[in-house]
Amino acid sequence: MPSDRPDDRPALDRSSPARTVGRYVLLVVVALIVLAPVWAILMQSLKSGPDSVRHPRSLLPVDLTWDTLRHAWRAGDLGRLSWNSLVMSVLVTAGVLVTSLTAAYAFAFLHFPLRRGLFAVFLATMLVPAEVTILINKRTIESLGWKNSMVGLVVPLLATGMGTFLLRQVFLQLPQELREAASLDGLGHAKFLWEVAAPLSRPTLAALGLLTFLTTWNQYLWPQSVVDDTAHRTLQIGIAHLDNGRVDNINLVTAGTVIAALPIAVMLIAFQRHLVRGLTAGAVKG
Amino acid sequence: MTTAMVGEVPLESDEDLRALGRRSRRAERRRGEGLWGWLFLSPSLILLITFVIVPIALALYVSFTKWNGQGGPFSKSASWVGLENYQRLLTRSGLTRKNFSTSLRNNLYFVLLVVPLQTIIALFLAIILHQRKLKGKSFFRTAFYMPSISSAVAVGMIFVFLFASGGVVNTVLGWFGAKDISWFNNGTGIFHSFFKVLGVDKPPSWLASHDFLGLSWWNWISGPSWSMTVIIILAVWTTSGTFMLMLLAGLQNVPEEVHEAAAMDGAGRWQTTRLVTLPLLKKQIILVVTLGLIGTWQMFDQIYVMSDGAGETMTPAYLAYVSGMKDNRLGSASALAFILFGIILVFTAVQRFVTRDKEGGR
Repeated sequence: MPSDRPDDRPALDRSSPARTVGRYVLLVVVALIVLAPVWAILMQSLKSGPDSVRHPRSLLPVDLTWDTLRHAWRAGDLGRLSWNSLVMSVLVTAGVLVTSLTAAYAFAFLHFPLRRGLFAVFLATMLVPAEVTILINKRTIESLGWKNSMVGLVVPLLATGMGTFLLRQVFLQLPQELREAASLDGLGHAKFLWEVAAPLSRPTLAALGLLTFLTTWNQYLWPQSVVDDTAHRTLQIGIAHLDNGRVDNINLVTAGTVIAALPIAVMLIAFQRHLVRGLTAGAVKG
Repeated sequence: MTTAMVGEVPLESDEDLRALGRRSRRAERRRGEGLWGWLFLSPSLILLITFVIVPIALALYVSFTKWNGQGGPFSKSASWVGLENYQRLLTRSGLTRKNFSTSLRNNLYFVLLVVPLQTIIALFLAIILHQRKLKGKSFFRTAFYMPSISSAVAVGMIFVFLFASGGVVNTVLGWFGAKDISWFNNGTGIFHSFFKVLGVDKPPSWLASHDFLGLSWWNWISGPSWSMTVIIILAVWTTSGTFMLMLLAGLQNVPEEVHEAAAMDGAGRWQTTRLVTLPLLKKQIILVVTLGLIGTWQMFDQIYVMSDGAGETMTPAYLAYVSGMKDNRLGSASALAFILFGIILVFTAVQRFVTRDKEGGR
């Protein structure tokens, strides 16, 4: 960590040109390392044949073609798979926002028996490895007759301890007087949550929504466990099947990977400011 | 997250104090609150009970049975065997215990390398990016965060491609004179490889003759396997960005004036970082380490996608999955999952103890 060198000079000259250049060089080097794999996969998906894999030329932006992307899209039926993933992610995100909002409100503003104990239980659910519950949940879904259905995919993911925790943190920072005043104005709990508390926690809601969407979009194990027909497959399962077990289909897989990551990358670039702000709001004096 | 939380409940005590003064008015209002509380809580509560809490209770019961998954867990096909599943994993010598202790070893090296590496890298990036005058800040932030948003499947595929024999990584290493390394299905530990370079090819007898959980000391000190090393690099590459973002969020709460004041007092850069920034970031750092510990012990997807446990990359979480889903040994799988849960609890508890509030922070 170069910036951690012991340094006795007064920090006022911290903006010395050498320092600044050094800092940028460092950032660029790290960015290159971080982005290199992304570049490799992008290039691979834009090349025509698998024979280019071993060739250093495969990393250069030459001989580009859309054919591989187009082929992967058709061969893997990625249009439908994307739609499945999209529906699943939107439903889960909406559900998590609603259940987290109401639960966080109850924990932050309302007094009821067992409140502290229940909150500890909510937190503890975050520690449980999914492998403990997934075998049983798979059976639950099957016995409910929800195998190979959107309901089965979505319902078990609708509540998280994490979402409740994050929003409760934000709610606790709202001035208590706000609630007092609202109740004097005759504003009920549902109205107060919807009209005052929720809008005030918009940055955290945005961050939570974004993170939930990302996680759900990237889910692999759960969809794999409850879906075995092609009609309800999600994108992540689809791209893992693109190679059909043949190594020389690596181009198709990379193309599928690019297609699956594209919407997420766009979302990230568009909303990353909200992400930092939302995390900040939730993190104050955690 | 838990660690940051459980210790103190912010505002609550404050709120309670105020409540003292307004008890009568409150009492009146509170009568309706219980009902509303349960009403608001019920959606989350019902879902968590159905899909987390009851499954845990069932899994706990199943861990004391021998059950092949036919019928229900309470049907005749599941017979009560008491502690047998746990004994097979922990005390009785045999293949089950050997597989378990090997997976434990593999995951331990993964945790011990990934958690410090990703935390330090994330901290380092966050501190550099948190400069007011830095240009292109949002570009760098997005670039560093980019790997975190990719799915395990996508990232796994990328790394298989990069580390393949004759792939990009080996080509680059070749420029520096390294011979083609086989990264996959390579269960040799890197410490063992290193010992071999030093001329220690066979284990000294005192290391080979002692064992813990059925695995010889020599095998415990193997280091991560070459295959696991790829997954370690992958994990650091993927998660550092997320944690950087969390630390950055924490840094936004550190007023710039604090740094300026420190600078005025003649504090050097390293001093400012160590004495001002790090203590103010303590909560976020604890959070990041806790999440890191939980995440690394639960590591699963990457192995599922990349190695299927080959090349000494089997972990307890994956072993539980394989014995439950594929081998239909649900009792053993559940016992394993509970031991893993216990390990996670112990690690987070120890970490909480080490980072508990004491003078001057870290």
